[in-house]
Amino acid sequence: MNLRALQDIVHQTREFRCTQTIPKLTVAEREKLIRQYHPDYREQAYQTIRFGPNAGDRTVRELAMLLEGDSPIPADFPLTPDYTVDVLVIGGGGAGCAAALHAHAQGAHVLLATKLRLADSNSIMAQGGMQVAVAPDDSPIQHFLDTLRGGHMKNDHQLLKVMVEEGPLITKWLIELGVLFDRSPDGNLQVKTGGGSSRARLLTCSDYTGLEIMRVLKDEVLNQNIHVLEFAAAVELLSDEEGTCTGAILRDLDNKRFIVVAAKAVILATGGIGRLHIQGFPTSNHYGATGDGLALAYRIGAPLVEIDTFQYHPSGAVYPEQLVGALVTEGIRSEGGHLVNAKGERFVNELDTRDVVSSSIIRECQEGRGVRTASGRVGVWLDTPLLELEHGQGTLDKHFPAMVRQYERFGVDIRKEPVLIYPTLHYQNGGVKIDVNSETPVRNLFVAGEASGGLHGRNRLMGNSLLDLMVFGRRAGLAAAARAKMIAQGKLSLAHLERFRAEARKHGVSNQVISPAILPAYTKTS
Amino acid sequence: MPRCETNMDTTETFQKDWALEQEDTLHPPMVTVEIAGKVYQVPAGITLLKALWYTGHEVIRGAGCLGGFCGACATYYRTKDDPKVKTCLACSFAVEDGMAFSFAPPFPARKAIYQISELQDPKQDLFELYPEAPMCRNCNACTEACPQSIDVREGVWRAVFGDFKSVSDMFMNCVMCGLCAPVCIADIAPNLVAIYASRVQGAHFTEKPKDIEARIKAIEEGQYEKDWERILRMSDEELQQATVSCP
Ligand SMILES: Cc1cc2nc3c(=O)[nH]c(=O)nc-3n(C[C@H](O)[C@H](O)[C@H](O)COP(=O)(O)OP(=O)(O)OC[C@H]3O[C@@H](n4cnc5c(N)ncnc54)[C@H](O)[C@@H]3O)c2cc1C
Ligand code: SF4
Ligand code: SF4
Ligand code: FES
Repeated sequence: MNLRALQDIVHQTREFRCTQTIPKLTVAEREKLIRQYHPDYREQAYQTIRFGPNAGDRTVRELAMLLEGDSPIPADFPLTPDYTVDVLVIGGGGAGCAAALHAHAQGAHVLLATKLRLADSNSIMAQGGMQVAVAPDDSPIQHFLDTLRGGHMKNDHQLLKVMVEEGPLITKWLIELGVLFDRSPDGNLQVKTGGGSSRARLLTCSDYTGLEIMRVLKDEVLNQNIHVLEFAAAVELLSDEEGTCTGAILRDLDNKRFIVVAAKAVILATGGIGRLHIQGFPTSNHYGATGDGLALAYRIGAPLVEIDTFQYHPSGAVYPEQLVGALVTEGIRSEGGHLVNAKGERFVNELDTRDVVSSSIIRECQEGRGVRTASGRVGVWLDTPLLELEHGQGTLDKHFPAMVRQYERFGVDIRKEPVLIYPTLHYQNGGVKIDVNSETPVRNLFVAGEASGGLHGRNRLMGNSLLDLMVFGRRAGLAAAARAKMIAQGKLSLAHLERFRAEARKHGVSNQVISPAILPAYTKTS
Repeated sequence: MPRCETNMDTTETFQKDWALEQEDTLHPPMVTVEIAGKVYQVPAGITLLKALWYTGHEVIRGAGCLGGFCGACATYYRTKDDPKVKTCLACSFAVEDGMAFSFAPPFPARKAIYQISELQDPKQDLFELYPEAPMCRNCNACTEACPQSIDVREGVWRAVFGDFKSVSDMFMNCVMCGLCAPVCIADIAPNLVAIYASRVQGAHFTEKPKDIEARIKAIEEGQYEKDWERILRMSDEELQQATVSCP
């Protein structure tokens, strides 16, 4: 049967579904559902890391291979610096830009190196918004509690307190730079409801929040004349005799040459991991999301936290083929869009946390209540036309112009047709362990943004990442600049790499994987 | 070796994501396309970017977000028998039979440097920063070049007339691909004029939200400290149940 015919049931059952209220699951029900269906609990996808700071911990195979992988840098590599700076920022997404701008504002000499172009990142794609407790009926503490419950109580309390408390301040900074958040008629910031949150707390720039923020931040980095190296991927960090971080080696992707950077402080802001296609999942992530920062930090001795848990965003596109994996914004569910199985039934409270919603979609599909496309993919319906009926014609155009365009390009009119979705690999919940100043246990090595871990516990709440990037990007920038003022440039060596290679040999690891991955290998070779 | 070619797992898993390896698309209908002057057969319906990978091209410049937001994959294309060369985002546009395409090269447009908070008369300053902006000759080439269907020409005029609010609305979906700049006969980079106008609109001409000031003040004055003390001492079970009264 063709997809259009299968859609009929969505239209037929709409009226009835609107009379239903589906309760959120209790804590016990949630745990049960997740254990049974969430990809984080598929044993065979995991392996134990054999050596290094997280020896004995479990993570997904794709990541373990890269953590145990070898550096492209030979032991006798000449370490004459091409650049000597106060602060080296690696990564040009939201966290990297925020860090570079704040370090620069403190008078530090900053170099920002990034793998693709400045701002080509996950950050630019954020559609749903940024959570900040600004509304009168809300408070930082309420934000703290919501996030903690979403994160299965595993969030680092100190990091989380910092994030929720500095949210309003960093929002003010963005507004002063010219970011145009949506406003309510009284001139205040408009807040929307996000999955897992007890208050309306999402700040948005229609459904182009990340794009608007990144356009402004990129423009500002250029206005501040911060030195930017594009198509320069970090492939190794440098350390001195005490093991503190003293710089990095980059690879120029245009001419394949290595670039040595001496820096008093290094900020890793390399983002996520989606392009490793963990467990074969499609992904919503950008081209460069290959977890490079995790591998680099790991080799120099920085421990990682919560790297056994990943976020599979409930609504990845399943159809048309060209969109597979692409994100369908959560905003649709926030505004009342139903999730509907092949029998026309709702099966979960659409505003439950992401892990719950994803698990329930996987359950529906595994138990035969999914809808299959011609190319063999399976998914459930997201009832987009409902929004037009509930909130008036033009709602989708007004609130979700990016999504309307996204589908229009391929001849699908989401105002009239529901869309098919299935979870897509979206976010790395954990990452490099940091303190409240974004510093890792390896001195002078800072990590900010998605590459860091602890803040989000075992499941990140929608909209908390953009806030994380800004708050900890800022903190990393400020702390790195302050550190650079206090210390002299340390010696450049590969001592940590020597230790790492010795460990690898001791454990008989020679898997030939060169890490970091830098880009996914999509080019068909034959 | 900057790539994980040796990482078989990663390659394998990608295969599963690779639309073409799906059951009944094992033998997908093929179409003929011309990429940078060479002719190839590629599966119907895949994106232009996937067609590049499929035909063995290594893509470094030319791919970014892969989601239609960053403009890295700005591409010129022409469909069969049509003389008109159009533009698209290669990551979000499907191939069709007889199509010819190639990436747009980066274009060295001049960006004006300014300190947003120090602008005294931003509407007038536009003419200092971008003196070419009022020289628009209405050729409409920029609008035709825009893969996001923005009325770019109109936007340039609105900026010149100081209607920065409209500019910021009109360019909210601008992916900064820069395709509107090389075509301009007046050497205007419309997207850069637009981001200036848009930032100014946000920083100078939009009311500062009062809620946020109040919240910052409340935090600075320690209004939440009592609650924090209580909350941070709680066990996980207590935190699960805890409620706070919002001021
Ligand atoms: C489609 C999508 C939608 C999202 N929507 C939301 C949302 O609505 N709200 C929200 O809060 N969060 C959202 N998120 C999550 C959030 O956007 C990301 O977690 C966040 O942007 C990560 O920011 P970052 O700065 O840490 O990394 P990124 O923005 O990904 O930036 C990382 C940068 O580092 C560069 N890099 C990587 N490796 C190297 C290397 N080896 N050397 C040099 N540079 C390197 C990359 O090229 C990139 O420029 C979304 C994510 C995606 C993918
Ligand atoms: S306005 Fe210019 S830079 Fe922006 S999307 Fe259109 S063509 Fe690209
Ligand atoms: S291309 Fe240049 S001259 Fe032509 S309409 Fe656009 S801005 Fe004006
Ligand atoms: S890769 Fe970003 S728009 Fe195509």
